[in-house]
Amino acid sequence: MTVTEERTTVPTLTTTSPMRVALNAALRRSLEDDDRVVVMGEDVGTLGGVFRVTDGLKADFGERVMDSPLAESGIIGSAIGLALRGYRPVCEIQFDGFVYPAFDQIVSQLAKMRARSGGRIKLPVTVRIPCGGGIGAVEHHSESNEAYFCHTAGLRVVACGNPQDAYDMLRASIASDDPVIFFEPKKHYWDKAELDLAGELRPSSIESARLMRRGEDATLLAYGPTAKLAADAAEIASSEGRSLEVIDLRSLSPIDLVAVCESVRRTGRLVIVHEAPVFAGLGAEIAASVGRECFYELEAPIERVGGYDVPYPPARCEADYLPDVDRVLDAVDKVMNA
Amino acid sequence: MKPIQFVDPDGVLDRDAVDNGGIPVDGDLARRLYRDMVLGRRLDQEAYSLQRQGELALWLMSLGQEAAQAGSINAIRGTDYVFPSYRDHVAGLARGISTQELLRQWRGATHGAWDPESHNFHIYSLVLATQLLHAVGYAMGVRLDGSDTVVLTYFGDGATSQGDASEAFNLAAVTRSPVVFFCQNNGWAISTPTEAQFSGPLVDRAAGFGLDAVSVDGNDAIAVFVETQRAVERVRSGGAPAFIEAHTFRMAGHSTSDDPLKYRSVGIVDHWASQDPVDRMRKLLHREEWADEAYFIALAGEAEALAAETRDACFNIAEPDLGDVFRATLTTETPLLQLERQRFEQFKGSFL
Repeated sequence: MTVTEERTTVPTLTTTSPMRVALNAALRRSLEDDDRVVVMGEDVGTLGGVFRVTDGLKADFGERVMDSPLAESGIIGSAIGLALRGYRPVCEIQFDGFVYPAFDQIVSQLAKMRARSGGRIKLPVTVRIPCGGGIGAVEHHSESNEAYFCHTAGLRVVACGNPQDAYDMLRASIASDDPVIFFEPKKHYWDKAELDLAGELRPSSIESARLMRRGEDATLLAYGPTAKLAADAAEIASSEGRSLEVIDLRSLSPIDLVAVCESVRRTGRLVIVHEAPVFAGLGAEIAASVGRECFYELEAPIERVGGYDVPYPPARCEADYLPDVDRVLDAVDKVMNA
Repeated sequence: MKPIQFVDPDGVLDRDAVDNGGIPVDGDLARRLYRDMVLGRRLDQEAYSLQRQGELALWLMSLGQEAAQAGSINAIRGTDYVFPSYRDHVAGLARGISTQELLRQWRGATHGAWDPESHNFHIYSLVLATQLLHAVGYAMGVRLDGSDTVVLTYFGDGATSQGDASEAFNLAAVTRSPVVFFCQNNGWAISTPTEAQFSGPLVDRAAGFGLDAVSVDGNDAIAVFVETQRAVERVRSGGAPAFIEAHTFRMAGHSTSDDPLKYRSVGIVDHWASQDPVDRMRKLLHREEWADEAYFIALAGEAEALAAETRDACFNIAEPDLGDVFRATLTTETPLLQLERQRFEQFKGSFL
């Protein structure tokens, strides 16, 4: 997987919508295209989800949109059973911090059942998780726990960074025969963009990284909630005479190492940005892999910008905790001055 | 609620009570159940020996629980789908799973040997109560399909302490999904007796969730068969999901790695030996004159042949290949998985 044309082509613009509406459109389209798709989760029916991502679906698709009792293990466990019966469930976990009660069903059941069965069983289950901070929420509502799932063989883990990807990636995830953990940056739910909703299914959207901006001096690698941050930082850097390349990873497991290394070989410098704590985070794996593959092309040690290694702090501290433009550009200074 | 019993430990059939159930009980049924119990017990014994001889890494004995399994698996249709736990060899054998498939997992050759769809019998679940939620989800799908299939899931008393069990009971009840929860209460969660696991009867708890709950003598295969079939047909015709508590006893340790003398007396085991489900059924067959000596001799021969086949099957289990695990992890081998597998194969090959 190298940089594909798809990443650089501007889509046909048809409508302007926020990310949560793009996700809603992807769910609606998937429900229309395949009558085995079902949507389940807490408050996803009549209420339309606490973020309204599933708004209106119950009215149009009836019992295929199911309000679940408040039991996350039950949501994932029953989704596995539905998948074994031939359904294609899309589960909503209401907030990132509430996925842990479902951890066993995800890690020991959903992820492993295919391998345990010697490849006989497929479990096309999509688990949507609003993730990340920046909305002033109470505890357990701002976490970035993707590393747990990336560390689990048998799962695909993806994160969308903009409304068009939200639409394409969710459709592709639902159509995938593998279990997919789908992270949605909740602080960008209301960000608008012009959307192409007419396109064909784009499986590559959950397999390949997206080149957001070409540059020469250093590569910024981000995903989910930090994709826009990296783009903003690159824009500011350009006004200061620095040319930064920006890649939105999109697929967190497996990673598109080919695309990342291709970029790093050109720029010679890499800054990885995620909201999750840096210690044993996804950035550590990427830094190790890129360090091995691009050792002789690197001009500076790889920098990682992320959350600190403390529990997610109270909301009034989160501006200090979360990576921002200043921290990203500070890391850029380090790789440029190394 | 006193557990329902139709055949007492001396093999005396309570004909009036059975007839009340509306399910015909005759020699054909009794011989069918007895055969599955005898064969299941012989398989279990042989696998136990194979573990003691170092041929299996572990075995989880079903000794003593034959009536609970044979009675229930025969009470449902072949098209009804089963989610087992990990001690359900008698049920699995009755469903046509081969002895080699039943052994492969315990020799360390696989985590799941058989094709679930061929037998409508899912692979074993080793994390307690997880399969109850899979059963409910499957049953939700059955209901969406408008099918008359019923889903039955096996678990033990120990599993009822898991959160997943409560979540499954509740979800099944509120979605009115066609599922039968079949609890083999064998008295022990490894070393912890039921009185240290729960203070109220399991059937009462199940009823509190809105399940159609019954309690049966789990060592009476006829009672298990009749009550399971009645419950399954109530569920099939749109009734509430059912919960059956079959009171039985795990006559052996939890597994071949266990030492039950550390936590229970010989006396209690002797007591339960007098309740033995296979003995009880043999006595019934004699009393009702549903089987003659030729039948018993032929069945004993069949059991010995199964034992020989089991040994043979064990020795012929193919060695697994780690490369296959890379290919089975996702539906397509990703470039990174492929690269890792190739490096592994190259490295391993460099020693040859």
